[in-house]
Amino acid sequence: MNPEILFFFEVLLGGLLAGVMYSLVALGFVLIYKASSVFNFAQGAMVFFAVLSFVGFMELGLPFFLALLVTVGLMVLVGMATERFVLRPLVNQHEDTLLMATIGLAFVLEGLAQLVWGVEVRRLDLGIPDVPIMWIADATGIFVSALDLVAGLVAAVMVAVLAIVFSRTKVGLGLRAVADGHGAAMSIGIPLSQVWVFVWATAGIVALVAGMLWGARAGVQFALVGLALKALPVLIIGGFTSVPGVIVAGLIVGASEKLAEVYIGPYFGGGIEGWAPYMLAVLFLMFRPEGLFGERIIRRV
Amino acid sequence: MYYRQAGTYRTDYAQDMRLLPLKEDRILLGVVLLAAFAVIPFTASDYWLSAILIPWLCLSLVALGQNILMGYAGQLSLGAAGFMAAGAFACWNFMHRVDWMPFPVAVFLSGLIAAAIGIVFGLPSLRVRGLYLAVATLASQFFIVWVIDKFGWFKDYDSSGIITAKDIVIFGKSFTSPAEMYLVVLTITVVLTWAAMNMARGSVGRNWQAVRDMDVAAEVMGLSLLRTKLQAFAISSFYCGVGGALFAFTYLKSVEPAAFDINLSFRVLFMVLIGGLGTIIGSFYGAGFILLLPVFLNIFFHALFGKAVDATITSALEQVIFGVMIILFMIYEPLGLAKLWQNFQERMRRWPFKF
Amino acid sequence: MNAVTESHVPGVERAFPIGGPILQLDAISLRFGGVHALTNISFDIREHEVRAIIGPNGAGKSSMLNVIGGLYTPQEGTIRFRGETLSNMTPGKAARMGIARTFQNIALFKRMTVLENIMAGRRLFTHASFLEVALQLPRARREELESREKAEEIIEFLEIQQIRKTQVSRLPYGLQKRVELGRALAAEPQILLLDEPMAGMNVEEKQDMCRFILDVNDHYGTTMVLIEHDMGVVMDISDRVVVLDYGKKIGDGPPDEVRNNKDVIDAYLGVAH
Repeated sequence: MNPEILFFFEVLLGGLLAGVMYSLVALGFVLIYKASSVFNFAQGAMVFFAVLSFVGFMELGLPFFLALLVTVGLMVLVGMATERFVLRPLVNQHEDTLLMATIGLAFVLEGLAQLVWGVEVRRLDLGIPDVPIMWIADATGIFVSALDLVAGLVAAVMVAVLAIVFSRTKVGLGLRAVADGHGAAMSIGIPLSQVWVFVWATAGIVALVAGMLWGARAGVQFALVGLALKALPVLIIGGFTSVPGVIVAGLIVGASEKLAEVYIGPYFGGGIEGWAPYMLAVLFLMFRPEGLFGERIIRRV
Repeated sequence: MYYRQAGTYRTDYAQDMRLLPLKEDRILLGVVLLAAFAVIPFTASDYWLSAILIPWLCLSLVALGQNILMGYAGQLSLGAAGFMAAGAFACWNFMHRVDWMPFPVAVFLSGLIAAAIGIVFGLPSLRVRGLYLAVATLASQFFIVWVIDKFGWFKDYDSSGIITAKDIVIFGKSFTSPAEMYLVVLTITVVLTWAAMNMARGSVGRNWQAVRDMDVAAEVMGLSLLRTKLQAFAISSFYCGVGGALFAFTYLKSVEPAAFDINLSFRVLFMVLIGGLGTIIGSFYGAGFILLLPVFLNIFFHALFGKAVDATITSALEQVIFGVMIILFMIYEPLGLAKLWQNFQERMRRWPFKF
Repeated sequence: MNAVTESHVPGVERAFPIGGPILQLDAISLRFGGVHALTNISFDIREHEVRAIIGPNGAGKSSMLNVIGGLYTPQEGTIRFRGETLSNMTPGKAARMGIARTFQNIALFKRMTVLENIMAGRRLFTHASFLEVALQLPRARREELESREKAEEIIEFLEIQQIRKTQVSRLPYGLQKRVELGRALAAEPQILLLDEPMAGMNVEEKQDMCRFILDVNDHYGTTMVLIEHDMGVVMDISDRVVVLDYGKKIGDGPPDEVRNNKDVIDAYLGVAH
């Protein structure tokens, strides 16, 4: 095949796989938004907090699975603490107030993680090689690593599970009821606190998975927070309420920023991927504010 | 407070509508201004002037800009540092390329440039609000800094990518000592704060707040949402731009675009949240708090351990403290320090009676 | 119909006798997707009258008011204001024509004080630019003082002096409704649209509100268009009544006439079909 076309596909694939990572972060966000109509700005911080803690536990000598288990437990605790100390006192408050509170939460989590575990960059070895799989490279000329494939697969499984939980189970029904109105849900006997703890714990676990995949690729470091911030444009493009939406949007963002970087970047000295997703999101806001799959925002008088 | 309101009568509306209706308040303000202009420059140490007071005034102006947009007009923005960068580099270019331009003129023009950029990035606010808008302002943050960073023209192709502040010269007189620079910053801050107060409590501020509280009703009254929101964006960006220019020229002195990163935007946001949304004075409290907390933490650790603690630890601890404070303020007093102070004043007014 | 000259107080002349039509709605139809909110509705509103729109829930009353106020654009039909056909109505245009309104669910500026809310209602009378306001130039100061004086006049009229500096979100519901009326009055409207001004009030508050509505009408000659559920109130204070049901007009005329209209009785009491 023509090497230029091959190169294009390689960049595209690399972008799509990076996009999967964005989608994973965004997924935790959608989960919380759907279940409590809270914009959880702390989702990126949770990714950092979770994976740094995981690496930290491993450094303390815990074996892989035990460390994983302990971190999952920790994220459940974070969820409970968030419910008790942030959400419960703010029930029925304006959504902007809740958003500000989650910005506060983000800083608490980031600060705590660094206080406890330090600020050095750590390596995370999941035992999945991040080098191109040779037989794919030989057959097609495209370089894909096993880590990329695992990331894609994990994202797909998580999306499927969450989609089923949301649409097919009683818990999912409760979540959707809570999203429609806190007071109304409480009045029909839905235990608001339990629902929230459940959702935040789940989002924490999603964050852990995203953080592990990401950390294995880029190292466990504070820069993860900045990467996770790109989940925000993904959310806008996908629509805040749509699980498939954020997956597609994540792929779009990942692919477009890498293509822009590789093909347009050199003319400007690079760094385009730092803002391209946000600009794409602005375009969406101007012309299609509800995103690709989101619910239309209707104004009532 | 230390004086009572009893016995003060206002006999017409003009008296009631003064900036400070109480005579005691006016005297107090006079004393404060006198001290700020005539005493502090001669008594404060250079460290206090250039490491605390100057950045405090600059950041207060930026926080004021953020507060106009967020507290008054209700438009969430995470892009303050981007507009600061625009102001700082615009100012440098004016000074660099136009020899004779007096510093205040360059600062004013930089504010206008920032305002123009603010209008462009404020356009999405016509369709969205809240977090949606915040993401749009993030775009401005990243884009502005990137443009300044990547296009050499903005730094006159300096190979280091860092600009060095010019000497401040106003009509032949140069202002280079900390005390002199402090006076320049103080003058600009006082004038702009006075203007902001007039807008905030006048028809302009009521329009902003109307859009914030109930946009449909505002529209029905004949208010153009488009104009009101873009006006708020422009004025807010103007204050951020001026604050950024002053910050660069009187505090940082050598400036790289990366100094105006997203973290600075968050710090400005915290100033407003902690100081008090929708209060002018709160911007000053908030900026002071955010600026002084690290200083106090250092002093505290010194006292505790007898030596300085690793900077990464204090900065992580700072993050936790800011975060916790924001959560607490959102829960207990969303109007921040300014409201706490007001509550205290009101209690003192009745003291020692409970009601 | 002859001009009505008798005021709401029997035997007393009306300061502003009811005149010719100020607003004429002709064959208005409004649809939301497949839902027909309003179908072929025509009626007029005369200058200085109190005009009520009544009907069961979902009859299209609020939609009608929103069409007049420029918030909804009907697919068919024309609106004429003082004989002039209006097109592309927007809330801003309606405001400049002299239409002000209150909302069914109070739409006050919650974090502002009563005084600020009412002064905000003076929007169309403040022309000073932000620079004039920022620098306190003479025009800005003059307008501010004028706004304050007008606002104080309204505050006195509505008897809410003691709460003028209270934040509105801290006021009880009935008072909030009154403040909202005040804000609408601050615009010195020619036509005032009131969307359920007495919903959720107790008898005493309703009586107060009735009195204010009639006082405004008598004192300023403001044309009133109001939606109301309480039939007693409607019959007492309105000059003419339009009855809507399922988006169609089923009655129009003076209260007594409407009260005896068979379709209206059916719509309200229900009838076996």
